[in-house]
Amino acid sequence: MTRDTPLETDGGDPRADGSGTAVADSAAQTDSSDESLLDSSFDVEDRSHASEDTDAIVEARDIDVYYGDEQALQSVDVAIPEKRVTAMIGPSGCGKSTFLRSINRMNDLIDAARVEGELLFDGKNVYDDDVDPVALRRKIGMVFQSPNPFPKSIYDNVAYGLEVQGKTDDVDEKVHRALERAALLDEVEDQLDESGLELSGGQQQRLCIARAIAPDPEVLLMDEPASALDPVATSKVEDLIEELAEDYTVVIVTHNMQQAARISDKTAVFLTGGELVEFDDTAKIFENPESQRVEDYITGKFG
Amino acid sequence: MGNESFDADLTRSAHGQIAKERLYHWLLFFCAALTVFVTVSIVVTLAVDAVAFFRQVDALSFFTGTEWESSRGTFGVLPLVTATLVVTAVSAIVAIPIGTAAAVYLSEYASDRMRSVLKPALEILAGIPTVVYGYLALVYLTPWLRKGGLDLSMFNLLSASIMVGIMIIPMVSSISEDAMSAVPDSLREAGYGLGATKFEVSTGVVIPAAVSGIFSSYILALSRAIGETMIVVMAGGMQARMLDLTNPFANLFNSGQTMTAAMVHAVTSDATGGTPEFYSMFAIGLTLFFVTFSMNLLSNRIAARYREEYQ
Repeated sequence: MTRDTPLETDGGDPRADGSGTAVADSAAQTDSSDESLLDSSFDVEDRSHASEDTDAIVEARDIDVYYGDEQALQSVDVAIPEKRVTAMIGPSGCGKSTFLRSINRMNDLIDAARVEGELLFDGKNVYDDDVDPVALRRKIGMVFQSPNPFPKSIYDNVAYGLEVQGKTDDVDEKVHRALERAALLDEVEDQLDESGLELSGGQQQRLCIARAIAPDPEVLLMDEPASALDPVATSKVEDLIEELAEDYTVVIVTHNMQQAARISDKTAVFLTGGELVEFDDTAKIFENPESQRVEDYITGKFG
Repeated sequence: MGNESFDADLTRSAHGQIAKERLYHWLLFFCAALTVFVTVSIVVTLAVDAVAFFRQVDALSFFTGTEWESSRGTFGVLPLVTATLVVTAVSAIVAIPIGTAAAVYLSEYASDRMRSVLKPALEILAGIPTVVYGYLALVYLTPWLRKGGLDLSMFNLLSASIMVGIMIIPMVSSISEDAMSAVPDSLREAGYGLGATKFEVSTGVVIPAAVSGIFSSYILALSRAIGETMIVVMAGGMQARMLDLTNPFANLFNSGQTMTAAMVHAVTSDATGGTPEFYSMFAIGLTLFFVTFSMNLLSNRIAARYREEYQ
């Protein structure tokens, strides 16, 4: 039921502290059912399609992020596998959102932000001088914490990304397909001309997801996409994320640990000070983490 | 016993407090009512004096007449109205693109430092007395334009309108910038996140979201242009001229008299109270009031139609 060889074995473990190595992982595979350190209060779902690891599509190498004089991330190393759901969890202010926003260079929009280190996307360092952040963001879609549809019609919201990216063929079809993939089409089919702001919060967030996937990015970044939603809407968005992982690499920031356990294949735990403490298969993180601090955090002793 | 003291606590200060609250209520009401009263009295005064004018001059010939020669008793208001519209249109052509672009720059492109220099500079522009603009138009702008090859009269509507346009730029840019700055960053992020450039975010996300505020800046600025007096009196001349549709440039290159300029003329001429020449001022004033009023109504309609509200 658990995953095979972890990602690091084919790419080499980039992390200095060496947590979550292949040895530890294989131990987890045999032990997790009966000798789990934790109460199995986390329902780590079996995600059959995730049974084998894939190549890393996003790889952070020694990333530091500063806001002015304050360091928000400390030498983060992580390799995010393609077409999997990778969750970033941790207490508030631990830098998980900062990390997410450094992947598509949204931190560029903040004057005081400074990024050091390498962040490889498809093998290319996105912080190289010749990388255009606009082009990068066309390949990496993003969904934000609170739904932020444009004050435009539902149709125009979804079509906006296609429009700015010059993908003007078959816009109708692409808009419909994106809405369908975002599990929203049935609810809004008759009101595509109405404002996206007329929708409920959960619908708005699915609209934002449709908007993000319409131009068909390779990676979808989600910054606590369900934190402003009610439980029903949250579960719809979660179902959606699992489906999206069939075609997209999803990186999701959440401070809801159950959510991370439910929907992700890999989990990265950030703790105070912008430090990535552990990164491994989700089952391993929740059932048998290497780090005592991670265990304390997950069991609620801290954070 | 316990109950009584409790009651006393509840009611002790009530009397004074209620009286005070009533006083505040009426004081505030008085101030609000005063503004309404002043507005209404202005309209009534204008109307009463305008009626006095229309007793002496036929209303139909006033509104349809194409010649204005007040000293000779010819009162056709159309030349004044068209001159006002020409000035307003040209100043809009100058102020709206420049003002909107400046607002986009200030709100979306400028660094904090740049903004802290430019915004006050624009506000200084707004604080210059209009008589100075009039002087600049007459003494500098007209000669420049003539040197540039335009066949302008000494007094002409072109210089006057351009200068009115320059005068209202800060109004457009400052109010539009406020509206654009009020657009939540989450919308900008959504645009950038989809791979939009800064220009695409500005034009496709920020401007549509701020459009009702931007429109109100246009309305305010154009109302200002319609009512502008000093610049058009100084640089535009005092000679009423009917709009000539067959030769549009002639309208700009020659002098013209706007409604406001005609009102100044009525006051400053030798006309004494009671004569139609004097009373014509109020008839024009009332016409001006309706022009501005209907423009405001129209613009509000347009703004409501293109409104894209955000939360």
